[in-house]
Amino acid sequence: MRYLPHTEQDIQAMLEVIGVDSLEGLFTTIPKDCRRTEALNLPDPMTEWELNRHMDALAADMAAAPEYKVYLGAGSYDHYIPETIRQLILRGEFFTAYTPYQPEISQGTLQAIYEYQTLVTGLLGMDVANASMYDGASGLAEALLMSIRVSRRKKVAVSTAINPLYRQVVKTYLAPTGYEIIDLPCLEDGRTDLAGLTNPEELAGVAVQSPNFFGCIEDLKALGEKIHVDPKTLFIVAFSEPLAYGMIKSPGSLGADVVCGEGQSFGIPRSYGGPGLGMFAATKKCLRAMPGRLIGQTVDRDGKRGFVLTLATREQHIRREKATSNICSNQGLCATMSAMYMASMGGTGIRRLARLNHDKAQYLKNGLARAGFEIPFAAPTFNEFVVKFPAGFETTYRELLTKKIVAGLPLGTWYPDLADCYLMCATETASKEDLDELIKEVQP
Amino acid sequence: MKEPIGTTGLILNEPLLWEKGSKGRLGMSIPESDVPAVEMDSDLAGDGPDFPDLGELDVVRHYTRLSTWNFGVDSGMYPLGSCTMKYNPKTNERQAGLPGFANAHPLLPPELSQGALKLYYALQQYLAEVTGLPAVTLQPAAGSHGELTGMMIFHAYHQSLGNPRSKVLIPDTAHGTNPASASLCGYTSIPVKSNANGVLSPEDVAAVMDEETAGIMVTNPNTLGLFEDNIGEIADIVHNKGGLVYGDGANMNAVMGIVNLACTGVDVLHLNLHKTFSTPHGGGGPGSGPVCVTEKLERFLPVPRVLEQGGRYTLSDDFPDSIGKIHAFYGNFSILVRAYSYIRSLGADLKKASQYAVLNANYIKESLKETFHLPYDRPCMHECVFNDAKQEEFKVTTLDIAKRLIDKGVHPPTIYFPLVVPGALMIEPTESECKEDIDHFIETLKAIAAEARENSEILHAAPVNTKVKRLDETLAARKPCLRG
Repeated sequence: MRYLPHTEQDIQAMLEVIGVDSLEGLFTTIPKDCRRTEALNLPDPMTEWELNRHMDALAADMAAAPEYKVYLGAGSYDHYIPETIRQLILRGEFFTAYTPYQPEISQGTLQAIYEYQTLVTGLLGMDVANASMYDGASGLAEALLMSIRVSRRKKVAVSTAINPLYRQVVKTYLAPTGYEIIDLPCLEDGRTDLAGLTNPEELAGVAVQSPNFFGCIEDLKALGEKIHVDPKTLFIVAFSEPLAYGMIKSPGSLGADVVCGEGQSFGIPRSYGGPGLGMFAATKKCLRAMPGRLIGQTVDRDGKRGFVLTLATREQHIRREKATSNICSNQGLCATMSAMYMASMGGTGIRRLARLNHDKAQYLKNGLARAGFEIPFAAPTFNEFVVKFPAGFETTYRELLTKKIVAGLPLGTWYPDLADCYLMCATETASKEDLDELIKEVQP
Repeated sequence: MKEPIGTTGLILNEPLLWEKGSKGRLGMSIPESDVPAVEMDSDLAGDGPDFPDLGELDVVRHYTRLSTWNFGVDSGMYPLGSCTMKYNPKTNERQAGLPGFANAHPLLPPELSQGALKLYYALQQYLAEVTGLPAVTLQPAAGSHGELTGMMIFHAYHQSLGNPRSKVLIPDTAHGTNPASASLCGYTSIPVKSNANGVLSPEDVAAVMDEETAGIMVTNPNTLGLFEDNIGEIADIVHNKGGLVYGDGANMNAVMGIVNLACTGVDVLHLNLHKTFSTPHGGGGPGSGPVCVTEKLERFLPVPRVLEQGGRYTLSDDFPDSIGKIHAFYGNFSILVRAYSYIRSLGADLKKASQYAVLNANYIKESLKETFHLPYDRPCMHECVFNDAKQEEFKVTTLDIAKRLIDKGVHPPTIYFPLVVPGALMIEPTESECKEDIDHFIETLKAIAAEARENSEILHAAPVNTKVKRLDETLAARKPCLRG
C-alpha cells in the first residue's frame, strides 16, 4: 500500500531494536478480552484508479449545479468560486499543517487568519472576530451561551425568522443546562416582532437574523434600541448570507453586540452542507468571554512583526472545565478560503457582486409577482424571498425536478402556516434566461 | 549524521493584505448585469466594507508567499503527539472536489442526493466495523464537537431514567476538551489521578464513582501513549453504579483492527477523522468527529439520520428521543468524502496502519530513552512521552529542544502536555514515516541533546532559520492587537 512505507526488512530491523519478535508482540499490554479476534470486515482495498471510477459513480448520482438549476439558499449559496482559491488552498503548507502551536513555522496560517479576523470585523462592523466556529448554527448557539455567561441570566429570546435549522441546533445546545428559549414571532411583513418582549432585564440575549430566513432585511436599528432598554442584554445578530453586507449597513453600525453567522458564501463550495464557516465577531467588552481561537500581532526577539495564538487563558487546553467553550479545532482552511475570496473581491468587487445578487433576486421576485403569484412578505430582501404558489403546486414542483429545476425550498415543514410558500434564491450564477425560464415553468 | 533538513533559503517578505493594492483593482471576475438595477431602501443601504482592492496575481502571490512560512506534513516529519499528523492522500482531494459533491446543495430532495446519502450510510457502517460500536452519527464537525455530542447523549440517557446526574469523572491525562465539553452540559468534572504506571486504577475510580455521577471519559490509549489496561474493570465499576463510559477516540490510530471498543465497555466514542482517517488538519480545521454508540444509546443520536430501504436512501427526523441537531446540515460532508476514500483505499489494511504507527513509536522510544528521560518506561502505543529532566542541568528546557528541532527542519512534538509529565515531549510519528526518516529524527534529537551539553546557547537562541524568531507571547496577550 503506497501510504505505508514499511518493508519487511524495515519491520524486522525495528522489531529487533524494540526487542520483540513480531508486530503482535507490540500489543501485549492490551488485555485479551479487549482484543479483536476477527479481521476487519471492510471492502477490499481499491487502487487510485478504481477509487476514481467508484467515486465518479457516486458523485454522478447527485443533482448539482450547473447541470441542475437549483434555486435554493436557506443557509447554503451558489456563488462562483475563482480557480485561484481552489488552487491556493491546496498548497500543502496550508493544507497539511495543524493549529499554529509553533508560531515560528506557522506564520502563513497565523497571518492569513489575522487578516481573516480583520476582514470579518470590517465586514460586520465589529471590534473583534475570532478565528472561526464550526458553522453558522453552532456560532449562534455559542453566542447565546456567551450572553448567558456574561449576564449571568438564564433566559434568551430567539426570533422565529432565524433559520429553523440554526434554531434546532440552539435548542440542542441549551437543552442539558435547561436555559429557557423564548420564541419571538414575526410581523406581517416578514420581520421580527418584539412587541411581546416584556421584562428585558431577565434576558441574557436577544437574537435575530438579517437578512432573515425569509430573506427579509431586519430593521436592526429599531430592534437594537428596544433590546438595549436593558444595557446588559446582548443584541445578537445572526446571518447566513454575508454577501448582503456588501450593500446593506453592517450589524455593528446598527448596535449589535455579537454578530455570528455562516461564511460559506465566501469562496467555500456547498459540499452538501459542510464544511462551512462560523464567523463570530463581537464588541470589545465581550472579548474575554468569547469562544474560539484568537490570533494577535506581536514582535519577535529582533522586533520584527509576527503573529501568535493569544488570550488562550479563555480556552479549554488551559482552563479545562472553566473554559469559555470546548471548541478546539476551528474551520481554519474555510476561514482562509473566505479571506482569499474577500481579498479577491475587494471593496469594489463586493459592492458589485452584492448589487448583482440583489438585482437578480429582485428580477425574479418582480417577475413572479407579475405572473400573479403572491409575495407574502413586504419587507425588503437581498438575494432570497418567499413566494406563495397556489395549492397543489407540489405536482408542478416535482415535474420541474425532472426538468432539472429545483424551484425553491418548500417551507411547510418548518412553518405550517406557510404551507404553500417557497423560499427562492437567485445569485450571480443565474442568468436572465434562467430566471425567465423559471418564471415561465412555475406557471400552470 | 546526514545533513539536517533545515537550512536557510530566500524567504520572501509579504505585507498585510491592506498594505498593498489600489482602489479599483479586481482579483476575480464579476459578471456584468443582465437585469435592471433596482434601488435598495436608503435606510437599509450601506457603503459596504472597506476591503483592499487587489489584482488576481496580487492575491496569488500573497497567499503563495504566506504558505512558504508554514510547515505541514507535506514539508516534513510532524510528530505532534495526540494529533496524528499522518499523510493526507492527494487523491482524496480529487474525490471531495468532484462537482457532484462539491456543488451539491444540502437541502436537495433525497431522490436527487442519493450518491451523498449512500456514501454517508456506508461510512457509518465502516466506522461501526472499525470501532465495534454499531450505531454512528457523522454530524459532529470536530473531535470536541463529538465530545459535546457524547455528553449530550449521557445527559439524555440519564434524563430518560429520571435523573440527569451532576458529575463526570475525568482522568488527569485527559485533553482539556473533555472537562470543557462536560461543563457545557452542566456536569462538574471530578478529576481522577493516573497511577504510577501512567494508567487509571480501578480503586481510584471506585472511590469516586457514585449514583450522582453520569459516567467517565477515558482516552484510550491515553495521552501518555499507554493502553488503559484496567478499562474492563473500570467500565464494570461505572456500569454497576448506572453510569456510562465515554471513549475519547483521539488516539484510535493505535488500535484499528486490534481492539474492539465495545468489548472494553465503552458506550459512546468519538473519532477524529482528521487524525485517524487521514483528512487534512488545515491549520486547525475543518475536522470531523463522528460519534459511535451501543445499540442501547442509538435512539439518542442526533437527527436527521440516514435510512436505507431497498438500496434507496432517505433522511429522517423521526427519532423522538434524539438529542436534536448539532450542525446546521449533516456535518462536514466533504471531510467525510475524504475519510471514506481513505478507508476504501486501505480496506482491512487499516490494521497495518495501526501496527506500523505503534512500531514507529516504540522504535523511537527505545532509541531515545538513553538520551531523554522517559517517565513511564513501558511498551507504548502510537506515541511516547519523554521530558527534559536530563537536560535540566544544562539549563535547557523542552521549549528550547522544540525550537532547535525547527532549525533542523522537523516540526516539534507536542510539548508540555500531558500535564502529568512536567516538561513533556509527546512524540507521535504515525505510520506514514519511513524508517530512514525516523532514524534521521532520532539522530537529530540526539544531536540536539549533545548541543544541550556542549553549547546550550544554540538552543536558547533557536530558531534562527525561520522567518521570525521567538515571538513575544506575553506582549500579544497583554496588549491584544487582534485586527489591522
